[in-house]
Amino acid sequence: MKVKSLMHKVMGAMLALPLIPSLAHAFQAAPATRADYNGWTPHEHWDEVWHETMWDITILGVVFAIITIAFMVIYVRKGHGERGKLPQLSPQAKLGWVVIPCMLFLGDDLFLYVKGFDLHNHMRNVPTNAVEVKVTGSMWNWNYVDANGIDTDNELVVKVGTPVVLRMVSDDVLHSHYMNRYRVTEDLMPGRITWEWFMPNEEGESVVTCREYCGTMHSGMYGTVKALSEADYDAYVAEQAASVPSVTGVASAATTADKI
Amino acid sequence: MSGFMGHEPDGKPGQPKTVKEWVFTLDHKVIGVWYLIGAIASFVVAGLAASAMRLELGSVGPDITDNGDIYNLWLTMHGAVMILGFQIPALLGFVANWAVPIMVGGKDMAFPRVNAMSVWLLWSGILLALMNLVIPDSYNGMWTGYPPYSLTDAVGNTALYSSVVVILGMSSVFGAVNLACTVAFMRCKGMGWFQMPLTVWCVFTANVIQLIFVPVLAASVLLLSLDKYLGFGFYNPEVGGDVLLYQNLFWFYSHPAVYVILLPFMGILFEIFAVSARNDVFNYKATVWSVIAFIPVSSDVWVHHAYVAGLPDWLRLLQTFTTLLISLPFGLLMLSLTGTMYRGAIRYTGPMYWAVGAFFMLIIGALTGIPNALSAIDYGISDSYVIMSHFHYVMAVSGGMAIFAGVFFWFPKLTGRMCNTFMTKLTAVGFFIGMNIVMGPLYFAGMEGMPRRYMDYQMFADNATIVSAQHWSTIGLYITFVSALLMIVVWLHGAIAGEKCTNANPWGSESLEFTATAIIPGQGNFPTPVICPEGWHPYNFIDNPKPEFEPHPGHTGGHH
Ligand code: HEM
Ligand SMILES: [Cu+2]
Ligand SMILES: [Cu+2]
Repeated sequence: MKVKSLMHKVMGAMLALPLIPSLAHAFQAAPATRADYNGWTPHEHWDEVWHETMWDITILGVVFAIITIAFMVIYVRKGHGERGKLPQLSPQAKLGWVVIPCMLFLGDDLFLYVKGFDLHNHMRNVPTNAVEVKVTGSMWNWNYVDANGIDTDNELVVKVGTPVVLRMVSDDVLHSHYMNRYRVTEDLMPGRITWEWFMPNEEGESVVTCREYCGTMHSGMYGTVKALSEADYDAYVAEQAASVPSVTGVASAATTADKI
Repeated sequence: MSGFMGHEPDGKPGQPKTVKEWVFTLDHKVIGVWYLIGAIASFVVAGLAASAMRLELGSVGPDITDNGDIYNLWLTMHGAVMILGFQIPALLGFVANWAVPIMVGGKDMAFPRVNAMSVWLLWSGILLALMNLVIPDSYNGMWTGYPPYSLTDAVGNTALYSSVVVILGMSSVFGAVNLACTVAFMRCKGMGWFQMPLTVWCVFTANVIQLIFVPVLAASVLLLSLDKYLGFGFYNPEVGGDVLLYQNLFWFYSHPAVYVILLPFMGILFEIFAVSARNDVFNYKATVWSVIAFIPVSSDVWVHHAYVAGLPDWLRLLQTFTTLLISLPFGLLMLSLTGTMYRGAIRYTGPMYWAVGAFFMLIIGALTGIPNALSAIDYGISDSYVIMSHFHYVMAVSGGMAIFAGVFFWFPKLTGRMCNTFMTKLTAVGFFIGMNIVMGPLYFAGMEGMPRRYMDYQMFADNATIVSAQHWSTIGLYITFVSALLMIVVWLHGAIAGEKCTNANPWGSESLEFTATAIIPGQGNFPTPVICPEGWHPYNFIDNPKPEFEPHPGHTGGHH
């Protein structure tokens, strides 16, 4: 009787196991509010969660593989008549071998879930100072119209240090706007406006690709994001205004959403 | 003569001898073999398409074609035929039809005529799908068939796509009803639910999933044809439809469909692991319940295929959690597989080589699924080679190796002959190494941003990781290709000239298809109805009571 009630207590205590990783995370002083994300770009945050997840699965995989390999090497059949000798499990052990592993798996799940939740909030809350760019996907072209009215194809020019939100729609079939450097993807479709945001934090060029199959030239539907310094960006805007006089009149207040 | 169907002392006439008998057969074993032939033929066709794509991707710029439509046709055929023509028919066709009825001690499927209809529906579906290679307006909308692209003229013949899916879906539903009834009502005397081999449990559960979800798939693709040809507007936003409706319907079926593949192939692994280690399956009952748990768990995770499709954020977060929960039943299954080795007496037979390969690929495949489950991580890797590599590990390579393990395992019962052991092992090692070289580097290409379904990657031409990953992957293809080809040669050689079995139970299994039948089971499977004695268990290798047989009317003496 006594052993049994002890078993029950131990098993009950096991139910608290999943809380451990979540508590550990809570003590890690993760940013809890939008303001705290300032200066920490979503793609850097993404890379961090990615690396932690990679470590997590690598450790799990290696431990599991080593145990299995050890069994596979140690328990090779010796004689012709040898039989396996898996011990009979008691009812408590049978239950324990379900509950305890499940608690461990659940613990790891919660640990990762909390990280993912945090990152999700970071990537899905647009900073209030973001500038809007309207994106239209069509077979097989990316069209960008920014807040200054500058209209480009397959080239998105942005200013370092200013968050950018893309408001996107498709003219024809599904497309998906993926920026390799900024780790962000969202589909475009007719009839709905979708969005993604990113934070250019360094000067340089990076790749845009389409990530939803859209027909013959799906793999030809790519472009560049150019992140310019403030000075370069201003020069770019001035140059565009000079070469296409009509755009200067378009007020920056006109947001994409009004137009769609 | 080494026909598939036997001659052995079951004493019942009517084994197929002529082509006509083969075609009009109602014997579940012959039908199972028809499924197997269809599955392997599909694997060959889809494998050739994969090889063509792999060659094209070997370097930047056109290698063997510069025509996007041709690449997209290969890719469409590869994905659709591998899933619908190879894996589902191999598992829910061959394993379900050939093995399950015998494993439960039945003399046939519950409804043999329905069974024949299912297999011929499958074959008509496959033939119809192959027509896609010759018709002028071939369909290139991928196996997923997303609108609005699948509603355009550019996609080609959408009706062909819907018809193939509906025909194969009907085949599956008939097959599923049949199998569920077989397991429920055809079990031999004395066999309780918890005395069934895990293969049976897995196939049974997979069929329950099919029954629940296939109708949703059929509806989703039928609406495509209604939209495209009759101007209905289910998916057309201009008339108030919604393009996302399709993705919700499609994945509501197609996520559970991955368990329709996963469970039966894990069932094969359980069988081969237990038999090779002559060991009880670790925590058998809990394992059975884990298998069953996949039914509810699989029904609520479809949004993880559409994390970037503009669905509401709360839904993404919710289904991130439900998706992570899959790790519970799945982890328990993996634990049981490893536990089955514990204090075992493992013999490394040919099939065991394939099964071990499948097991390690499954570890990689399953763990690389965890990052994908997090919606926020998916924003960076959605529809990239990370996903491609993940699902090939788990479904294509692990699933494929487990299926081939099963073919080698039951081969002696199909043909009465053994495959060459050394070659069986060599091809397993070759396939394992080859596929790791094909799919391993691509994971890293995906992390660098390489998208799926791209026939070229000139935008990444100066990315050394992507370029060399693509290069190595193509080299890996050669090893895989040779191994797969050799494997088929090994089967053919085994069937025609392999060493004749002298023992009806070459691997030392305790399951009825080995212990209670002739070398090649004849019609009716058992000489007289089989009875499971009390305390019999498929994984009791120590003191299992022998199966018994009802006395033959007018005949004395039992089996053998
Ligand atoms: C045998 C060796 C195999 C090789 C070399 C191979 C190679 C490939 C390649 C190159 C792609 C296209 C990548 C892209 O452009 O996005 C692909 C896609 C795919 N493969 Fe395989 N594959 C193999 C086996 C399998 C098997 C056994 C399955 C079984 C389920 C499978 C299922 C798929 C699916 C579902 C896709 C995605 C199709 C789509 O994007 O619509 N493959 N494979
Ligand atoms: Cu596109
Ligand atoms: Cu595209």
